[in-house]
Amino acid sequence: MSNAAGREHWDDPVATGARVLGEGVDITHRGILYLDGISVSFDGFKALNNLSLVVDAGELRCVIGPNGAGKTTMMDVITGKTRPDAGSAFFGQTIDLTRFTEPEIAGAGIGRKFQKPTVFEQHSVFENLELAMKADKRVAPTLRARLDEPARERIANTLETIKLLPEAARPAGLLSHGQKQWLEIGMVLMQEPQLLLLDEPVAGMTDDETLRSAELFVSLAGRYTLIVVEHDMDFVARIAQRVTVLHEGSVLAEGSMEQIQQNEQVVEVFLGR
Amino acid sequence: MMGTAFVPAATGGPRFIGLLSAGGWSLYGVAAVLVLVVFPLLHLAVPADSALHVSDYWVTLLGKIMCYAIVALAMDLIWGYTGILSLGHGLFFALGGYAMGMYLMRSIGHDGVYQSDLPDFMVFLDWKKYPWYWSFTDHFWYAAALVVLVPGLLAFLFGFFAFRSRIKGVYFSIITQALTYASMLLFFRNDTGFGGNNGFTDFKRILGFPITAPETRMALFVITGTALLGFLLLGRWIVTSKLGRVLTAIRDAETRVMFSGYNPLYFKLFIWTLSAIICGIAGALYVPQVGIINPSEMSPGNSIEIAIWTAVGGRGTLVGPVLGAAAVNLGKSWFTKAFPEYWLFALGLLFVLVTLFLPRGLAGLLRGRRKAP
Repeated sequence: MSNAAGREHWDDPVATGARVLGEGVDITHRGILYLDGISVSFDGFKALNNLSLVVDAGELRCVIGPNGAGKTTMMDVITGKTRPDAGSAFFGQTIDLTRFTEPEIAGAGIGRKFQKPTVFEQHSVFENLELAMKADKRVAPTLRARLDEPARERIANTLETIKLLPEAARPAGLLSHGQKQWLEIGMVLMQEPQLLLLDEPVAGMTDDETLRSAELFVSLAGRYTLIVVEHDMDFVARIAQRVTVLHEGSVLAEGSMEQIQQNEQVVEVFLGR
Repeated sequence: MMGTAFVPAATGGPRFIGLLSAGGWSLYGVAAVLVLVVFPLLHLAVPADSALHVSDYWVTLLGKIMCYAIVALAMDLIWGYTGILSLGHGLFFALGGYAMGMYLMRSIGHDGVYQSDLPDFMVFLDWKKYPWYWSFTDHFWYAAALVVLVPGLLAFLFGFFAFRSRIKGVYFSIITQALTYASMLLFFRNDTGFGGNNGFTDFKRILGFPITAPETRMALFVITGTALLGFLLLGRWIVTSKLGRVLTAIRDAETRVMFSGYNPLYFKLFIWTLSAIICGIAGALYVPQVGIINPSEMSPGNSIEIAIWTAVGGRGTLVGPVLGAAAVNLGKSWFTKAFPEYWLFALGLLFVLVTLFLPRGLAGLLRGRRKAP
C-alpha cells in the first residue's frame, strides 16, 4: 500500500481538520469510503440500486431511511458479507472491498456493530474485549498470545469508556440489552478500526444510555470515521453532521440535518408520516 | 492501576503451572500414580492368587477404555469447544489403527499360517507382492508417521473444502457420517489390500517383543495411560489459550468472530486436524492391545457412540468426556455379558436421559451444576 505517499499527507491536517491515522488505508484524497454504482438483488428484489456514496475520513455520517431502504445491505457490502452485482466499493484509495473476505476487511480497519447485538455470551466481558483487540489474528500467534500489561490497560480503559468495568468478570450473556450494545461497541473499538459501522447502536437503550452513546460517538468522530444507521430521529438530530437518506436502495438526499428535514421528497417518504 | 479484580485467570508464573488449579494438579498426580505405577505393580508384581492381583482381563479392558477416552477427548475439542459435531471420528481412529496394523502384520514375518513373506490374506488372494502403499511399513517409525499423517492429511483436505464452503451444523455431521461409511465399504473390499472384512489380526510381536507377553501388554497400557494424561494437558493448554477462547467464540457467534478479524476457516481446520490426529494415535494404541482391526470400526454406529461418550461425560469440560468414555464402556462390558441384546436400547436411553436431565453430563454432576446455563 502506498505508505510513502500516505505518510507525507499524515503530517498535513486534512482539510476538514480531521486527523485519521490511515495505517494501511490511503486517505490522501480525504475520502475513506467510496461506493460507486452499487447494485445488489436478492431473487429479483433490488436491495441496492445504483447506490453511490462517499464518506470522508473523520466524518460522523448518519444514514437513515425507511425499512427495506437497503441500509443493512449497504453495510453487508462494505464488510464483505455480500458481493455486489455491479459497482465498486473502495476503502481509501486502494483497498477494493469487493475482493476481500470479512476477516480481511475487519483486519484492514473496518469494524462493524450489528443491528442485533452480537457478543460472545459464554465469555466474560473482559474476554470479549480481549478477543476483539487488535492483534495478529492468525492461528499460531493466537495460540501463543498472552496478555501483557499495556493490553490489560487498554482493555481496562475501554471497559471504562463503555461503563462496564464492574461487569468485567461476568459472562456477557448476563448483560442487559443496552449493556450488550455497549459491549459490542467496545469490541469494535478494541479492533482500532479506521471506519466504524454502527447498525442501530442505541436500539433498546434507556434514555440515559442513549444520551451517553451520543456523547461517545461525537467524541469518537475525528479520530475515527463513523457511519451510524439509526431509526431514532432525535438521536440522529443530536449527533449528525451529515445525513444520508436511503430510499429503495439508492441515495435520496444528502446534507445537514436541517437540509434533510426541509427536503420535500424526504419528508414525503420518511419524515412526513 | 486499574486493579486486578476483573482479571479472569491467574496469569503470573509459567503458563504450564497455571494449566490446572492446585486441586486439579493433585487429582492429576493421583491419577498418574494409579495408572502408571499402582496398576502395573498390581498386575506384574502381585501374585496371581492374591486378592489384589489385577487380571489380564482388566488390563485389556482398561487399556481399551483409555484409548476410547483419548478419542472422546479429541471429540470434545471439536464438538464440545468448537461446536462442530463430527459423526466420522471412528474413521480417523480406524485409519490410525490400520497404519499400526500394517506394521504389526509385517512383524509377523514367516510365522503366519502359510509361512509366506506376505500376510495370510494376501496369500489367500494369490497376490505375489505387497501393493505399493505397503512399502516401508515394516519400519516401525514409518508406520508411526503414517498413524499421524494419514488421518491428519485426510482431515485437513476434507476440512479445508468443507469449512471453506461454510458447511455447518447437521450438514457437516451427515457428510462426516457418509465419509466414514464410504470408507468402511472401501475397506470391506478384498481388493483394497487391507484384509477385507477380516481386517488384520493374529499379531505376533511389536518392536521384537512378543505381543501377548504380560510385560509387553503392560508397557502398551502404560504408554496409553501416558498418552491420555499428555493429551489431557495438551487439551487444557489449548482451551485455556486465546485460541481456545476463539474456538468457543466460533461455537457461540461465528459471524462476530469473522467481523473481529479472525478467519474461522483456519481455526476450525487446526482443531479439526488435531482432533483427527489424536484419534489416529488412539487407534494405533488400541490395535496392539485388542489384537485386531477391521472395517467395522468405521461403521457409523461406532462414530455415534463416540459422540455419546462425550455428551454423557459433559461437553466442553475435557475431563468429562474421559469419564464418559470410561463409564459408558464399563457399563457396556457388563451389559453385553448380562443382557447382550439390550445394550443398544440401554445406550439410546442413556443418551436421551443425559440430554434431558444432565445437559452438562457427568462433569456437570460432579461440579454440582454450579455453571448451569
